[in-house]
Amino acid sequence: MNGAPEKPEKRDKSFQAVAHRFDGEYPIIVHGLTNAFGSQVVHENLSIAVKRGEIIGVVGGSGTGKSVLMRSIIGLQIPTEGSIEVLGESITDARADDDIDIRSRWGVLFQGGALFSTLTVAENVEVPLRQFYPEISDALRREIALYKVVLSGLPESAADKYPGELSGGMRKRAGLARALSLDPELLFLDEPTAGLDPIGAAAFDRLIMELQDTLGLTVFLITHDLDTLYEICDRVAVLADKRVIAVGTIPELLATDHPWIQEYFNGPRGRAAQESQSRAKSTAKVVDNPAGGRA
Amino acid sequence: MRDWVDFTSEDQDDGKVRIAFSGPMTVSSLGPAEQRLRALGREIGALDLSGVSEIDTVGAWLIWRLSRDSGAEIHGASEQALRLIDAVKGSSGSPEAPPVKVPVAAVLPEAVGKLVSTSGAGLVGIMGFFGAVLVSGWNIMRHPSRMRGQALARQLELVGVTALPIVGLMCFLVGIVIAQQGAVQLQEFGAEMLTVNLTGRISMRELGVLMTAIMVAGRSGSAFAAQIGTMKLTEEIDAMRTIGVSPIEALVIPRLLASVVMMPLLGFYAACVAIIGGAFISAFTLGIPFVTFLLRIREVLPLHDVWVGLVKAPFFGLIIAMAGCYQGMQVKSDAEEVGLRTTMAVVQAIFMVIVMDAFFAVLFYEVGWG
Repeated sequence: MNGAPEKPEKRDKSFQAVAHRFDGEYPIIVHGLTNAFGSQVVHENLSIAVKRGEIIGVVGGSGTGKSVLMRSIIGLQIPTEGSIEVLGESITDARADDDIDIRSRWGVLFQGGALFSTLTVAENVEVPLRQFYPEISDALRREIALYKVVLSGLPESAADKYPGELSGGMRKRAGLARALSLDPELLFLDEPTAGLDPIGAAAFDRLIMELQDTLGLTVFLITHDLDTLYEICDRVAVLADKRVIAVGTIPELLATDHPWIQEYFNGPRGRAAQESQSRAKSTAKVVDNPAGGRA
Repeated sequence: MRDWVDFTSEDQDDGKVRIAFSGPMTVSSLGPAEQRLRALGREIGALDLSGVSEIDTVGAWLIWRLSRDSGAEIHGASEQALRLIDAVKGSSGSPEAPPVKVPVAAVLPEAVGKLVSTSGAGLVGIMGFFGAVLVSGWNIMRHPSRMRGQALARQLELVGVTALPIVGLMCFLVGIVIAQQGAVQLQEFGAEMLTVNLTGRISMRELGVLMTAIMVAGRSGSAFAAQIGTMKLTEEIDAMRTIGVSPIEALVIPRLLASVVMMPLLGFYAACVAIIGGAFISAFTLGIPFVTFLLRIREVLPLHDVWVGLVKAPFFGLIIAMAGCYQGMQVKSDAEEVGLRTTMAVVQAIFMVIVMDAFFAVLFYEVGWG
């Protein structure tokens, strides 16, 4: 492509490590992605663009390649075809040592937490800091780890525990703390609320929304949790038939007549989530009005 | 090249200093400045953030910690900075580094004590495990239909059949070494024909089965420990228990039986290959024809030597399988433990095999099979 901005041929790594916040409109652009494992095609000509500062939810039936899409975007899965651009840099043509910079600018929460089992929670959070910013003093690194642990909704006492000593929900939060370790611009979450109790899941949703709000994150969220979709997602992308069949707000999606989308959002669970959402809104109005009247 | 945050300190009227930051205060830029601040050794009266171009939670944390510790006022903070400070406030951040350094004088007795108590517990554990295996074995004998034939066949294949090439190659080479080295010494007495006796008897009695045991411990004992250990980690063993399948019956017994059955067969095979190796090298260096060597073996090798080798082998197989399965079942916490337990399984198995071998050597000598 001629129009694409030329990347400087050789860049100093230490300079790369401080790349400034991405200010383009789309931190993630996937174009014409095809992923195939042998004869099994997971994605075919899939395209999606994620806006800066939004929480995008990715839904789809089991086996539609939601996780594969995420793995492709973060460079763990080399796509058969297509181009992926993250924070203005191409993942697909990156040289091996070129994406070192970009990895310091995103955080990933894997489905099971994927914590390093031989390190404590605090040490887990410190790993990315050690990797990218060795000049930070030990004491400050420890402080950073501690406040990230608290920020993720864990008690401070959990910091010196090993992942094996934590419950599933706490492990997710610890994984989130590690994902937030470097104050990333982009956060990838793979089913963050799966396996959590409803109260814990709701709290996790709120936490993600709060973090997104304060830290100005862009969040790429894979989920099956309809409450999460209604509660925190700005837009929802639907994966089916090997591509993204629709992206939009939930009302926009409901307006389409794709059978899978209709079944997904208008099934018994979808309705329940929808109702609880509208109930929450109406109570909020009731509370708001008298306050507004007094002001 | 890299944008670091910088600060200037300015004396105030009350003897404290006013710190003015300039540049980006982010995780990538404040490492050195933070260390300089730590070394400043002055009381901070005020923090000026008006020159800060960019801030993230790490910068916010640093500001909050400084102001909390010294009571300094924060000036010129942007709205973003205030929000971030608010977000990180929750942590007490008392950075007590977790591992307290213990003096060596205290570490050593503690380590020794731990070792003693764990090996005591290990002894009890292995006895308990042996008991559980016996109970399961008895159950299977009463209800032979509960024997998992398919699993057993699979293990027989893995422990025995697939080991044939490597065991054969190894023992062929060992046979060559014994015959060649033995011949060099025996030639000094002009007794090179005794090379046949040496190779034949040592292979049948000792080396064939011992080498096989070491190889099986390395190949299969370690595999048992790692497989069962990983299954413990992924809660497969717990799943089995809840379904009512005894993990000992389903996993341990087939592996145990396979090792016990395969060890004598492999050991005999190994001894034969070693003798062939010896015959092969003798044909070249000593001029003893291949067939003559083998015929001579029939004359000089007493039948009880074969029995000595064969009797030991099942016991070695039992030790190897027990060590592997027991260590695998002991895995509890993490991936590192799987590795540790696998190593222990192999080391224990080989050690116990050699202890057992020494015991048998004395035993057979005493019963007149010397």
